[in-house]
Amino acid sequence: MTSATHGLGHPQHAPGAHDSHDDHAHGPPSGFMRWVSTTNHKDIGTMYMLFALMNFFIGGVMAMIIRAELFQPGLQVVNPDFFNQMTSLHGLIMIFGAIMPVFVGFANWQIPLMIGAPDMAFARMNNWSFWLLPPATILLIGSLFVPGGSLSAGWTLYPPLTVQQGMGMDLVIFAVHIMGASSIMGSINIITTILNMRAPGMTLFKMPMFCWTWLITAFLLIAAMPVLAGAVTMLLTDRHFGTSFFNAAGGGDPVLFQHIFWFFGHPEVYIIALPAFGVVSQVIPAFSRKPLFGYTSMVYATASIAILSFMVWAHHMYAVGMPAAGQLFFMYATALIAVPTGVKVFNWVATMWKGSLTFETPMLFACGFLFLFTLGGFTGLVLAIVPVDIQLQDTYYVVAHFHYVMVAGALFSAFAAVYFWIPKWTGRMYDETLGKWHFWLSMIGFNLTFFVQHFLGLAGMPRRIPDYNLQFANFNMVSSLGAFLFGGSQLLFVYIVYKCYRGSGEKAAANPWDGAEGLEWTLPSPPPYHTFETPPAVK
Amino acid sequence: MTNGIPRSIRSGIAGLLAGAAGWSNQALADGVNLQEPASVLARSIYDLHTIITLICVVIFIGVFGVMFYSVYAHRKSKGHKAAQFHENVKVEIAWTVIPLIILIAMMFPATRAVLEMKDTSAADITIKVTGYQWKWGYDYLQDGFGFYSTMTTPMAQIEGREAKTANYLLEVDNPLVVPVGKKIRVLITANDVLHSWWMPVFGVKQDAIPGFVRDSWFTANREGTFRGQCAELCGKEHGFMPIVVEVVSEPKYVAWVADQKKRAAAVADDPNKVWDLAALVARGEKVYANNCVACHQATGKGVPPAFPPLDGSPRVTGPKADQIHILLEGVMKDGKATAMVSFAKQLSDTDIAAAITYTRNSWGNKTGEAIQPAEIKAARK
Ligand code: HEC
Ligand SMILES: [Cu+2]
Repeated sequence: MTSATHGLGHPQHAPGAHDSHDDHAHGPPSGFMRWVSTTNHKDIGTMYMLFALMNFFIGGVMAMIIRAELFQPGLQVVNPDFFNQMTSLHGLIMIFGAIMPVFVGFANWQIPLMIGAPDMAFARMNNWSFWLLPPATILLIGSLFVPGGSLSAGWTLYPPLTVQQGMGMDLVIFAVHIMGASSIMGSINIITTILNMRAPGMTLFKMPMFCWTWLITAFLLIAAMPVLAGAVTMLLTDRHFGTSFFNAAGGGDPVLFQHIFWFFGHPEVYIIALPAFGVVSQVIPAFSRKPLFGYTSMVYATASIAILSFMVWAHHMYAVGMPAAGQLFFMYATALIAVPTGVKVFNWVATMWKGSLTFETPMLFACGFLFLFTLGGFTGLVLAIVPVDIQLQDTYYVVAHFHYVMVAGALFSAFAAVYFWIPKWTGRMYDETLGKWHFWLSMIGFNLTFFVQHFLGLAGMPRRIPDYNLQFANFNMVSSLGAFLFGGSQLLFVYIVYKCYRGSGEKAAANPWDGAEGLEWTLPSPPPYHTFETPPAVK
Repeated sequence: MTNGIPRSIRSGIAGLLAGAAGWSNQALADGVNLQEPASVLARSIYDLHTIITLICVVIFIGVFGVMFYSVYAHRKSKGHKAAQFHENVKVEIAWTVIPLIILIAMMFPATRAVLEMKDTSAADITIKVTGYQWKWGYDYLQDGFGFYSTMTTPMAQIEGREAKTANYLLEVDNPLVVPVGKKIRVLITANDVLHSWWMPVFGVKQDAIPGFVRDSWFTANREGTFRGQCAELCGKEHGFMPIVVEVVSEPKYVAWVADQKKRAAAVADDPNKVWDLAALVARGEKVYANNCVACHQATGKGVPPAFPPLDGSPRVTGPKADQIHILLEGVMKDGKATAMVSFAKQLSDTDIAAAITYTRNSWGNKTGEAIQPAEIKAARK
């Protein structure tokens, strides 16, 4: 905070801010306070992304510890309790600390540029919704160091185990509250920006697909996050204030928590997936040099996925035991989601069909996404079938399934987004050779890690165990080796991004991709600090 | 947890390297599919899984065949010019309706299997299964006996000081025994937190929920010993509460039940019998090993701060009423239960007396005092 006085008072003119009004054009204050006080969507977007990157590595180290312990049978690296803390925090940090923030970062940078708005609607709140996040991460990491350690009951926080936990659990609950508040504020901002600040002529159905998917995601967030906040608050009062929401002895029900949690948790899956769909819907047309196939049906498919996502939560709970009618309803509803999801996949493939394809790194990651996410979708369909799920629930098959959806889905699409837009953000081209290496190493590492986990699950290995029978040894070793390769190759990504931000590498043109379309590409790379202060004209 | 990290530094890398060599000879052929079913239900699940996976694989190959053809043929480097179409209503309707039809077709066998799975009526034998942190309890309701089933894999194997055997982590002291060809209904519940009773070969997985009883069923169609595991995270020993079911012929089962009943009668010790110190300590050691080591450790040193040491604890060596109270009532802190739950229902008077005597006369604790079952009996209620 010492640099406070230093940073604020020195506005500087943004170089090349051709469309800003001269008299109140100001660039960022310099120094640390620039980042603390900024209300600029580009600065905030950058902070979101760097924050996500940091968490990606923290969660990644946890994954490496998990895979090191599972490298071979027996307990070698950590004790079972610490192992459980790693699996629990890995999940929370990757979801709430890495994947969600990185897409909010993209939204911050891109939505105003894509719809021709000068900034986000609530610039001050935008700053606040970012700065809520670091304290949440500090709580999460800090919980490892309190007596009794952190949450070791899984990221799903099921009671009664979470009622048994030490004070680390309370820190996690507060972290979840804070991250939820941040997401809701971010969502309000995104919805308001998209609905009110589009340039004249930019009708909703002219918006880039990325804006559409974020608009729908933001509604999902507003509907789902308070539900999670309610659930963890009930946990907190069960833990400390003598309530018995989830305690049968006091008239409650542990299963109630699971219903509430998954009522949030399933939409959460789409909160993560939809912006990823949006990114891929930008990237594939650009490198196919062809418009997105079935734009309108894409919008409707996205909306129907969002609505259906609130009606399928109990497919995470088949093994809890519910009446046949309940199981059948949730099975049918879940299978139904495959239809709009299928429409999206077919549309992407049709976009590539008869295009003029090139495979720069963003396109590689988008194709990787398409291929692997669809595979994850199919295993999802297998899991939707109640009797089959009874065998596979809580096994490594499920672990494989959701990593195909979350990692090969969301993370690969985030990589595609970074490579696609980083020339715009930094004004520099990334290193194409290294980018391709990053893609192929990730692709190989990812599949080595997770493909074999399908076999482990089928053969009967439960998830969340630190040690296993010898029949699972081979595939676990393959999986661990794959994970080390996958984890290690992400250092390459950091180096590639670092090079762009340092300003080395070829200068990027306003539109470095010949097939990319949209308002953001009409601006210089990097764009001036303030953009579209006079709205652009959209035909 | 703070004490996880130093340990990792101590033994992590050494363990990884040392084990890699020995491991490779031991590894069995790893399975890649669902286990060979041993019940009708598991068989229908197995077939259902095969059909659905095959359908998915075919569609997958179809869709990505198209994508890869496009990747191959429509490259700019091959001089392919981009077409500009971006809509085709007929195609779009087709790829919405056709998947829908395939899905509906899939739902028929799936629905049949669900209904089959849910039909727990007309069972021959009913067994109550209770999940504990961290063991299973089985009660044969019709025959009025029950027992606990605890993992028997020694720590030495887990920590790599001994070679791991074939049933590593999947072996128990008292397996569940059932007759072949009889419909077994399992009532599943839990004592403390969620567990899940999972027997892959029977196609049964049912969460065990404290305070609620859920049911499931299976009819084993061949004899043999089958293994499963707890499938719902239940704390630090979650990976160490296996399930073993022995399926035997009907006559063997009848004989086994008779034997169990006899034994149950013998084990129900007379709570008024007076024991000498050595006998109590010897019995207490077993009770302690089955019920307390997970938390308080064989050394009596516990895992502070989560699990306190008993060695040197004033509450162990002090007035005996204290510890009797702890074991019968559990420990409450700030009005909520701690991990130290009551053992009043799980253990007999004799077992509790033996466990207390053992803790008061082991490690550094030397009270020289024997606690008699009668004292526990008196302290109950
Ligand atoms: C699931 C873990 C667990 C198991 C199993 C367990 N304990 Fe405990 N025990 C605890 C915990 C936790 C405490 C501390 C409770 C507190 O004061 O918060 C404790 C406390 C105690 C104490 C009081 C120690 C002191 O210094 O305050 C005694 C005595 C004790 N246990 C005996 C036993 C015996 C005998 C058994 C076996 C029959 C047993 N425990 C099984 C977790 C366990
Ligand atoms: Cu369990």
